[in-house]
Amino acid sequence: MRLFTHNMLSSNIKGVANGFPLRIEVDQVVEKQVDFHPDFLRNMFPKLEWKALVDAARTMGYTELPEEADSSMLESEEFLRKLHHALLELHLEEGALVCPETGRKFPVNKGIPNMLLHEDEV
Amino acid sequence: MSPKTAQIRLVSSHPEVYEPCDDSFALVDALLADRTNILDHCPRLCLEVGCGSGYVIASLALMLGQELPGVYYFATDINAHALRVTRETLDAHAVDAELLCMDIASGLEKRLAGMVDVMVVNPPYVPTPDYEVGREGIASAWAGGENGRSVIDRILPVADRLLSDKGWLYMVTLTTNDPSQICLLMRKKGYASRIVVQRSTEEESLHIIKFWRDSDIQLDTKEILTTNKSVPARVKDSLVSQFSQLSFWRGTNSNCL
Repeated sequence: MRLFTHNMLSSNIKGVANGFPLRIEVDQVVEKQVDFHPDFLRNMFPKLEWKALVDAARTMGYTELPEEADSSMLESEEFLRKLHHALLELHLEEGALVCPETGRKFPVNKGIPNMLLHEDEV
Repeated sequence: MSPKTAQIRLVSSHPEVYEPCDDSFALVDALLADRTNILDHCPRLCLEVGCGSGYVIASLALMLGQELPGVYYFATDINAHALRVTRETLDAHAVDAELLCMDIASGLEKRLAGMVDVMVVNPPYVPTPDYEVGREGIASAWAGGENGRSVIDRILPVADRLLSDKGWLYMVTLTTNDPSQICLLMRKKGYASRIVVQRSTEEESLHIIKFWRDSDIQLDTKEILTTNKSVPARVKDSLVSQFSQLSFWRGTNSNCL
C-alpha cells in the first residue's frame, strides 16, 4: 500500500465520524522505484491531506517532507521528487492501519489492506 | 499493432476466485472499443470494483499504459483470495495497481469522492436468493440477489459519489438485470448512457454499458423536480429503443454498437 492510497483511505465503521487518517503500524516497508510523473503530482496535490501524508511518511521512516506545503512548491523539482517518493515509492508491505477513533486494526498483508468490516461494524 | 490486453495464460487462478469468462472478455472488449476515447479523456485515477482474477484491471493498465503512463489504478474485491490472484496477474504482466480488500469501495468513498475518471465493474449479476449475496469466496463473484440487482443497486450510488465530473463508468449487465431500468436510475442522477458492447451466448445476453455525466440531463432532472413529473417521455423512448435494438442483434457473437 502506497501513501497516496493511505491518504485516500478512511475507516468506515458504523458510528465513526471522520475515520481519517488511519494510523500506520509498520512491520515491513518496501521501496519500489517508479517513473516520475510531475503532472500526476501537481494534479493530486490539492486533494492531499498534507499533515496526514507527512506523519505517514515519517512513520514509514521518510522524514524529508516539509511540515507545511503550498502549491507554489510544485515549481520545485526537488520538492516534487520528494513528494513522488513519499506518495508512490514507499509501500507498507506488512503491518496494520488503525482507526483513529475506535482503535480497530485493519491488517495489511503482502501490501494489501483488508478493510472488510465485521457485521456489527456495518 | 493492436493494443495489448492481459494474456489468459498469464492470468493467475485460485479455486475460490472467478476466472475470466465471457463477461470479463466482453468488458475488456468494451474498453478496447472505447480506448481511443479513454486516451483522449486523459484519466488520472482508475478504479475497478470486484477485480477477481485481475484480468480486467491488468488489461486496462496494459491498453492505456503505453500512451498514458502515470495513471493510478485502484482495484477492490470483497474476496481476499481474489486480490492475491490479481497481484500475481498484474506482476505477470509487469503492470501495477493498488489492491484493497473491501466491500465495493467502502473506505475510499469519503476521500476519493469526485476523483475517479474511469470506473469499471463486472458486478455479481446472477439472480440468486438474497441470502446468497455477500457470502465468502467465489459466490461473491456472481450471487446478485433478486433479479441480480442487489449488489448493482448498491454500486450505482457509490459510482455517482466517486466519479469525477468527467468520470466514466463501464458496467456489465445481464438482460435479467433490466439494464434499461438501470439506465433510467442513472439518468435521474444526471448520467447519459450507451451500450458499448452487446454479446449473446446460449445462456445469457450481456450488455456493457457506459455511463457519463451529462449537463443536459441535469437540466432535465431539475425540470422533473420543478414540474414533479417522471422522466421525460422522449428520454424513456430513446432508452427503450436503444435496448430494443438488441433483440435484433441477438444470436450473433459480439457487436460493438
